[in-house]
Amino acid sequence: MSELLQFFFSGITVGAIYSLVALGFIIIYNSSGVVNFAQGEFVMLGGMSTVFLFNAGVPLAIAAVAAILITCLVGIALNKLAIEPAKGASVVTLIIITIGASIFIRGMAQLVFDKQFHRFPSFSGDDPFLIGGATILPQGVWMIAGAIAVFIGLFVFFTYSLTGKAVLATSNNKLAARLVGISTNMMMTLSFGLSAAIGALAGVLVTPITLTSYDVGIALALKGFAAAILGGMGSPFGALVGGILVGLIEAMTAGYISSEYKDAASFIVILAVLFVMPNGIFGRSTIDRV
Amino acid sequence: MTRFNHLKTTALAIALAGSAAIAVPAHADIKIGSSLAITGPASFLGDPEAKTLKMLVNELNANGGINGEKIDLIMYDDAADPNQARTFATRLVEDDEVVAVIGGTSTGATMAMIPVFEEAKVPFISLAGAVVIIDPVKKWVFKTPHTDLMACGKIFEDIKARGLSKVGLISGTGGFGKSMHEQCLSVAGKYGIDIVADETYGPKDADMTPQLTKIAGAAGLQAVVNPGFGQGPAIVTRNFKQLNIKVPLYQSHGVASKSFIDLAGDAAEGVRLPASALLVADMLDDSDPQKAVVVGYRDAYVAETGQPVSTFGGHAYDAFHILVNAIKSAGSNNPAAIRDAIENTKGFIGTAGEVNMSATDHLGLDLNAFKMLEIRDGDWTIVK
Repeated sequence: MSELLQFFFSGITVGAIYSLVALGFIIIYNSSGVVNFAQGEFVMLGGMSTVFLFNAGVPLAIAAVAAILITCLVGIALNKLAIEPAKGASVVTLIIITIGASIFIRGMAQLVFDKQFHRFPSFSGDDPFLIGGATILPQGVWMIAGAIAVFIGLFVFFTYSLTGKAVLATSNNKLAARLVGISTNMMMTLSFGLSAAIGALAGVLVTPITLTSYDVGIALALKGFAAAILGGMGSPFGALVGGILVGLIEAMTAGYISSEYKDAASFIVILAVLFVMPNGIFGRSTIDRV
Repeated sequence: MTRFNHLKTTALAIALAGSAAIAVPAHADIKIGSSLAITGPASFLGDPEAKTLKMLVNELNANGGINGEKIDLIMYDDAADPNQARTFATRLVEDDEVVAVIGGTSTGATMAMIPVFEEAKVPFISLAGAVVIIDPVKKWVFKTPHTDLMACGKIFEDIKARGLSKVGLISGTGGFGKSMHEQCLSVAGKYGIDIVADETYGPKDADMTPQLTKIAGAAGLQAVVNPGFGQGPAIVTRNFKQLNIKVPLYQSHGVASKSFIDLAGDAAEGVRLPASALLVADMLDDSDPQKAVVVGYRDAYVAETGQPVSTFGGHAYDAFHILVNAIKSAGSNNPAAIRDAIENTKGFIGTAGEVNMSATDHLGLDLNAFKMLEIRDGDWTIVK
């Protein structure tokens, strides 16, 4: 029994990492239909900036906030310097631009920071909570709480706020959105800034557990993307559930079958789900009116 | 036409810049080649190796070189890419006409270069880890770093000395972890070690508690060994403490650096691992023949680069000195004579240990070359 509970705790801890990354994908996707492959680099920038500020003597909380602001600026710069100039380009072209941007950011991080692994202290120490014979780290609880908080924030933003609806309108039909007075450029800038900030927040929360280096972004983005697709691209609830699901499948496979198959198992489940539900578990099907 | 020429020149300039040839400018007589991963994913290995070689060449030339002849070091950056390494190997042999080569930071790059040097009959001292480089023995190929096979042997020897035998393995699936995992399985029987659990984790995994929970549940478990590289072992160590597993934990020489202690934090207390004497230079007994060598190299490296010394740079130090000694004792610049002299290296004290090569052993190190270290109060101590 305590074994099952331990696998469960491990699953939701890792799942929270995937959820946090998946949630970051959503805003840019909802405003432009673009899957931002530089999302993992935002996570890396959040973690690495915090590490370097913290090591320079800045208190952890201030370092974390500064790291989120720095990454937010990088996100806005990405939109202003790379996405906006390609105005009118197809979604596929924009996606390829984000791949280029991710390689560029990774290269710059190598120069600005370094090539070593780093971590900073957990927020509430490293003494695990003992529940029913199984353990979970306080930082894991922080991550799960963070993922839920970001989810609620996004849900409220897209459902109740005018700005959130304007972001959705921008993605549905740019021309119509402009006609009703939405500044679509402004919306894009906002969504890149927000996405980057959420990515950086994820980086700040997960680094004490995953550690960080200039190249952690690729692996995180891949799993986060898979989680977002599983949950249904664009749905905040889907991202949250998708991430936790992938984490749980991995932990249970590693625990009960074999750690050799844990990555394969999660991808097989994702394929199976997409086969039955092509838009993911909570995704809405898109209908084109002719 | 002029425009076309201009384009050609530009293309040529780009190609030259891209090839990243870093030659030490010196008009000298003895040409030694090198291809290292100065940039790219293995640069944390290749960078200290390159700096060490340059430092040693400058020092030797300033002191008059070998028998009055200076060394010309021709160095290329293969970024751990086997394709590039092979191209550079061909260039070293055909264009640069070197008499010997040091290099191959990664096992992949080394294996890609071996056929070129075997065919051209140029002695080659590799700085890469895997045992396949020298087993089976290849006539022109040598290497200086310890192998993962030896690390397994050293760890099992220590486990045995503590009166334990039932071991759980948790291995990274990256190249290093995979290779060492196989070697450990292959020698376990020889040391009377019983593998009671065998789990793996991916190189980028963030949590290994499910695997460790399983291992902890294995009947009669007495020790856990973690062959792996990068951040994985630090996370395993933290999870190990989180789950409060009470048996000894062994890490490999792959994480023998201060950064491992920093990353694993308090959880690293009591962890043991085999490592080169270089790591604990100041703690060696004054009677230890390695003490002068490792302290000397460390001080010179720190003074030259301002960076902490690593075992990887030490491999380059050993290779360079073995080669220089061989050239001196061969008394000629003939590659075949140099090869024979390298094979006859006896009693050479390097950073990795005492090297005694022979026709059947192109590494020349034994298990004594490793020191078994234990982490105490956030620092290394030598297990006696």
